[in-house]
Formats: sequence, structure tokens, C-alpha cells
Amino acid sequence: MSGNANGYKWIGTRTIRPDGVDKVTGRAAFGADFALPGMLVGKILRSPHAHARILSIDSSKAEALPGVKAIVTSADFPEIPPSEAIKGSSPPNYRHLSQNLMAREKVLYDGHAVAAVAATSAAVASEALSLISVEYEVLPHVTDVLEAMKPDAPVLHDDLFTGGVEPKPDKPSNVAKRVEFAIGDIDAGFADADVVVERDYSTEGIHQGYIETHAVVANMGEDGQATIWCSSQGHFMVRQYTAGLLNMNIGDIKVTPAEIGGGFGGKTTVYLEPVALLLSRKSGHAIKMVMTRDEVFRATGPTSGSAMTIKIGAKKDGKITAAEADLKFFAGAFPGAPVHLGCMCGFTPYDIENVKAVGFDVVTNRPKAISYRAPGAPIAAFAIESAIDELAGKLNIEPLALREMNAAREGTRTAYGPTLGVVGFEETLEAAKTHPHFSEPLGPDQGRGIASGYWFNVGGESSASVSVNEDGSVTVTSGAPDIGGSRASLCIMAAEVFGIDIGEVRAVIGDTNATAFNRHTGGSRVTFALGMVVVNAAEDCIVQLRTAAAKIWDIDVEAVVWEEGEARPAGDNAGKFEPLSLGDLAAKTPMTGGPISSEKSSNVQGPGPAFGTHICDVEVDRETGHVKILRYTAIQDAGRAIHPGYVEGQMQGGVAQGIGWALNEEYIYGDDGRLQNPGFLDYRIPVASDLPMIDTVIVEVPNPTHPYGVRGVGEIPIIPPMAAVANAIEDAVGMRLTDLPMSPPKVLEALENGG
Amino acid sequence: MADVVLSRELARQFTDGETRVAVEAGTMRALVRELDAKFPGIGAALGDGMAVAIDGQIFQDYFLEEVGPNSEVCFLPAIEGG
Repeated sequence: MSGNANGYKWIGTRTIRPDGVDKVTGRAAFGADFALPGMLVGKILRSPHAHARILSIDSSKAEALPGVKAIVTSADFPEIPPSEAIKGSSPPNYRHLSQNLMAREKVLYDGHAVAAVAATSAAVASEALSLISVEYEVLPHVTDVLEAMKPDAPVLHDDLFTGGVEPKPDKPSNVAKRVEFAIGDIDAGFADADVVVERDYSTEGIHQGYIETHAVVANMGEDGQATIWCSSQGHFMVRQYTAGLLNMNIGDIKVTPAEIGGGFGGKTTVYLEPVALLLSRKSGHAIKMVMTRDEVFRATGPTSGSAMTIKIGAKKDGKITAAEADLKFFAGAFPGAPVHLGCMCGFTPYDIENVKAVGFDVVTNRPKAISYRAPGAPIAAFAIESAIDELAGKLNIEPLALREMNAAREGTRTAYGPTLGVVGFEETLEAAKTHPHFSEPLGPDQGRGIASGYWFNVGGESSASVSVNEDGSVTVTSGAPDIGGSRASLCIMAAEVFGIDIGEVRAVIGDTNATAFNRHTGGSRVTFALGMVVVNAAEDCIVQLRTAAAKIWDIDVEAVVWEEGEARPAGDNAGKFEPLSLGDLAAKTPMTGGPISSEKSSNVQGPGPAFGTHICDVEVDRETGHVKILRYTAIQDAGRAIHPGYVEGQMQGGVAQGIGWALNEEYIYGDDGRLQNPGFLDYRIPVASDLPMIDTVIVEVPNPTHPYGVRGVGEIPIIPPMAAVANAIEDAVGMRLTDLPMSPPKVLEALENGG
Repeated sequence: MADVVLSRELARQFTDGETRVAVEAGTMRALVRELDAKFPGIGAALGDGMAVAIDGQIFQDYFLEEVGPNSEVCFLPAIEGG
């Protein structure tokens, strides 16, 4: 019955993607595709200043404009006091979220929302925005992380005192917290080293670059029941945050998910939904809001930029004795940079006895940073994997061999505390070493770089139902948006359990009333966590099907087995009965006790952490500074690839984004603190002609906690590319570039200056 | 006895610098209760925003998890992904 070499019928096969036809024919409905009768258009007035006190807002002229139906400012939102900032068990800081949604006393970045208008057309709404008069007192600003940490820096928040330091500061500052992770004796480790490398690195703030901008339709009924249609990484998250921000009951809000045109972590919060709902409540109409690309760049979460210092020491034989990182990440206007995750992940690929990683979470006059694939880990990996490469050069050891010598494995203690369980880092290194790419000859000004990366992956609260339809087909309903192929993977796992054709299974994403709570899609969790829930629900259905067959045959349920998609007598002693297929049993449910279905909810734990290793070849143009990616191979431990095509797609997408991060992408701020490049013409993400076909190698070291061995796959691929590119440039022209992006002007300058 | 591993930051605040503490407990709830009895205040610090790794396996929400007699229990910040 097995359909492929791994012993499964469907696991590991490349089934047709269930959302594919709709997407290529333009039928898929994204956030901006919804419409309701009488709907108004909502638009937001944004700050032109990086840092300013709001002295007054006069919207009287805008209110008088024909066609304007409602205007809201922060005064219309409930003020959330510090004591109520945290609600629930895994929340955001609602006080900061509210202040980010609509500025209160101060604007904290260029693009910070100040007021919102609902009008009968986009033109009227735009004109109304121009009629709102805001009086500002412009304040000094700071957008650079190191500048923001200086004692005389402009302070963004008077109530922000550095956490994690003793004694507790008595003056506010822009440093929200200090974190430290350490094992061993770092000084003794460096004293034991024969060779030490130490260098500073920096990365710029970059955007997730999703193609679909934020969009919402919201309607507040006269009975207080609200409905929201939007694209996000979690419609339950939208419901929870909106309710928290507007002091509403969660049960009074229904959120229906649209298809999502990219998120990558950037759609794990709310920007428009509460504003649209408030405008709807005030105007009595449904409201549609769609961000422009300019708004996305100026006002939605990029990832952090950083300033880092890395120091690594090793014996002459290559054994690393000590590793130290000092990471300073900016968080944008409100605390929450993922610096602790960078500290935790950076050195985890290596078995090092003495490690110290210190991180600082720093606020700056930029939009609030939000997650971007494996938040924090790619930033730290750029610096650390560059330092590993430099160390290999000093030791005269081939870089991949140095990684092999120090590779983390089961039983390795990490710097953040735990020892690793079953992991597949060494397997990725072995796959890299034996790949033809690794030994392909290079030409002049060409170089090869290796880099690795680690990510935890996560599980979390997940709910799904599995229903056997009247004809024996199966519907899987879950509540986490499908960003990277989860509908396909859930169908595959359900078909595997039932033993039926994949075409008989359909997966849908239900609204917030259709299933119990689901944590948002993020952390590479959905195929792992929801997959476990769906497998449990499908197995429960099998028990019900066996019970139904037992009733029909009038034998004990223990005498019925489920094999190859049908109920069969367990053996000759059970009796002679013709097998009953899923369709047969579905047709007889009125006489066997009713419909076959199961709904399961679980807080799924035990995500398998994973590693990746990448090989990158570049060619450096010494006249222009242009770096061409010649060849790229990404190798990753997926645990078990449920749908290899989607896993490869995740790997290729992560690499493409990482190459953009490495070579071109950056937020450019002027001296006035205003963003200079809020659009894809000036903020350059890679296009197809920039990239070669990205080779992928899936390594499978199964995660012992998942029935099929799944590990998350969506985040690892963006961790190694920046260092892989930097290491390849160094190999090509002998220059160690330490500041991202390694754009042509920077490369040219380095070439002209001799590195 | 479970081997509890604390960060240096927590150790500095609550355990006089001791980063490894032996605790007798069958569940995480009992383990945290025991720790709080020995080091007053640490229970609250191990609540919101913290995860735990039991024998290398990370649990984001851990109060009901079982702890083996020789388990290694490490507290760490909760992990958010993208």
C-alpha cells in the first residue's frame, strides 16, 4: 500500500496544492477583496515627524466636508493604564499596542498614526485628511541603536527604565532591558584559546516585504456584534487584540480569515482592524481600509537592526574554547526587539563549554519592530557565522570542517540552558560536504561561503475538527491561516490516517466561530502542532468507524480493524464480512449512531528544533561592487517532509529573502528622521533575475514527539544566507564585510580601500 | 531530585548566585512552588513570559508538565516565532 520509499502512502508525496487553482486564476479572495453594501473608505493621517509632542488636533474642517462620516483619534480609544497592559497568558503589551495604533501625547516615528477618517470615497477621505490640523512640538529624535543608548540621547518614554540590571536605574532611558545567557567560565575559555577573533558587525532594519498590504473590512452591528474580514497570520489573534484594545468581549467579535499574500511574521499584530471597527461604530457603516505600500513601510513592523560584537577563541586543533556575543537590537518605538532569541540561537549550532551572550533591547524613533522569520536568529547568525568563518581562516581549517569539529548534537548543552535532544545538525553538514556544489571549481573573483543556523520551532494551542461527509469524503477544519501550505499538509496527514485517496480530503480554515482557539500561524508551528491535532481527530474518527462497522456486523469493536481505508474483520474468528469502505459507512450513519466527526484541541508541546546549512557561491564585480549569486544550495533538517514541494518552497523563499537582506534591503532615514525609501522602487528586494535556481536538500532526522516526525521548516532558511553571502565575498576577494546590506556602494568602497 | 538550571540573572536576584538547584517535585507546578518556598519571589518571576525545557524538550506553557526524578529543568524566555 505504501506509495513511496518512506513506507507511507501520502506522507512525503507532492500532492497538488489545494489553493493553487484559485491563486493562479485570480479567484482567491485576499483581504482587500471583500465588500459590503454601504461600505465606507477609511484612511489614516500619519505623522511627518520622527518624534514630536502633539499639542492639538483640530478636525472640524474635515468633519464639515461632505461625505465624511466619522473621524477618530486616540481620544476615541480606551486608554490602557500600565496595570492593565498585560492581559492573558501570552499577550502583547496592550498599552504599547494601543499607543502604536494611534499616537497619544507624542508621535514616536515618521508614519505614526494620528487620526483616521471614514468617508464615502477614497478621494473624500484623502481630502479630509488634508483638512485635519495637527499642531506639533518637534522633539529631537534618534534612529540609530548605538546613538539611542548614549546617556544624552533623546528619551522616547519617560516611564521606561532598563530591566535586567542592578541596581535598578533611577532615570529613564531607551534601553528597555538587558538579557544575559551564559555557561561555563568565559574568561578561562579565552585564556585557554590559541587563536581569538573579535570584530564588530551591524545590520540595518529591514521589512518582511510581503506583497499584500494590510487590508480589512469591519462592521459593527447595532447590537454590538462585530464582524471583521482581514488577512492576517491569526484571525484569533486579531479577535483577541481587537477586543483587548477596544474593551470588548471576545465573543462579540467574529473574524473571518482571507487568503494571505505573505506575512513572514509581519502580520502577527493589528494595525487597522480596531481602527476600522471604531470608525464603523461611529459612522454606522461597514469600513474598508487598505494600506498603501508607503504606509506599510512607514508604519508596520520591520525587523530590528543591530550593532554586534562577536569574540570567539579556539585551540590550534580547531576546538572552540570560548564564544562571546554582545548584541544590541533596536525595537523601534516600543520595547520588544527579539534580542534574547538572537542570544539564545546564535551559538547553539556548536558544542562550546564557555559561552556568554548579552543582549540589549533598545527603543528608537522607528516603527515598532515585529517578528520576521526566526526573529533575532538571522541577525545574530550573520555576525557569529561570519566570525566562525574568520576563525577557520586563522586556523587554516576548512570552514565546514571547523563546524563539523564543533558541531552540536544530542546531549550538547546550549548557552540558554537545556541540553539538545534528537537533532540533525551533523547530518546537514554531512549532506553539504557530499553535495556536488561543495567541490565545484570556482573562477576568478568567485568565492564560496558556508553558514549554518538554528531555530527552536514552536507548538502551542491548536484546534481542529475532522468530519466524514455523507459520501465518505473528509473535511478538515482548522483555525490557523494557511501561509506556507498547511492545508496541503493537513490533508496529507488526514489521508494517511484514513488510508483514503488525497482527493477525498479537503482542508478549510474556519472563522473564529467555526473552531476553538488557535494560536496564530508563526514559529513554524502549524504543520507540526495542528498536524498532531488533526492526526488525533482522524484517529478518533477511525475508532468511531470501527464501532459503526461492529454495529453493522453485530460483532465486538475489537474484532474490527481499519486497513487501507476500510473496516475489515480482524481475522477469521471475527466472522466473514465484506469490508466496509469509508463511503459505505458514511452512508449508514443514520443506523449506526449518527455522523462521524471529531474535534480536538490541545496545547501541543515538543516541537523539534532544527538546523540548516547553506552553501553560497558569488562573483564580485570589482568595477561596480555588484555581487552576483552564482549558485546556492540550502540543506535543512525537516524532521519529516510531509509535502516536500512546500518544504523546498519554504527553503527557497527564505534564501531569497536572506539574499535580499544580505545585499540590498535597508531602511534609509534622512537627518530629519523621515524614511527615504518607502516603496519597492527604492527599497530593493530581490527579483527573479537576481537569483539562481536555489538547490535544496531535505535532511530527515524525525522529531520523536510527532507521529510522523515533523519539525518546523518555515524559519530556518532565512538564518544562514547573510553570513553565507558574506563568507563567499570574503572567499572571492579577501574582504570581510561586516555591515549589512553589502550593497554595491559598500562593496566598491571596501574594494577601493583594500578591505 | 530534579536538577533545576536558572539563568545568572535569576540566580543573581533570588538564589545568591546559585544557577543549579536540586528540587523534589513530580510536576512543574510543584517544582515552582518548592522553588518559591526556598527562594521567595522566584515563583512570580518564573510565571508570565517564561518557558521551560524539561530534559531538553521546550514547553511554552508548563505548569501541568510532569518532572522525572532525574529530570533537567531549565527556565528560559518564552519563544515567539515569525
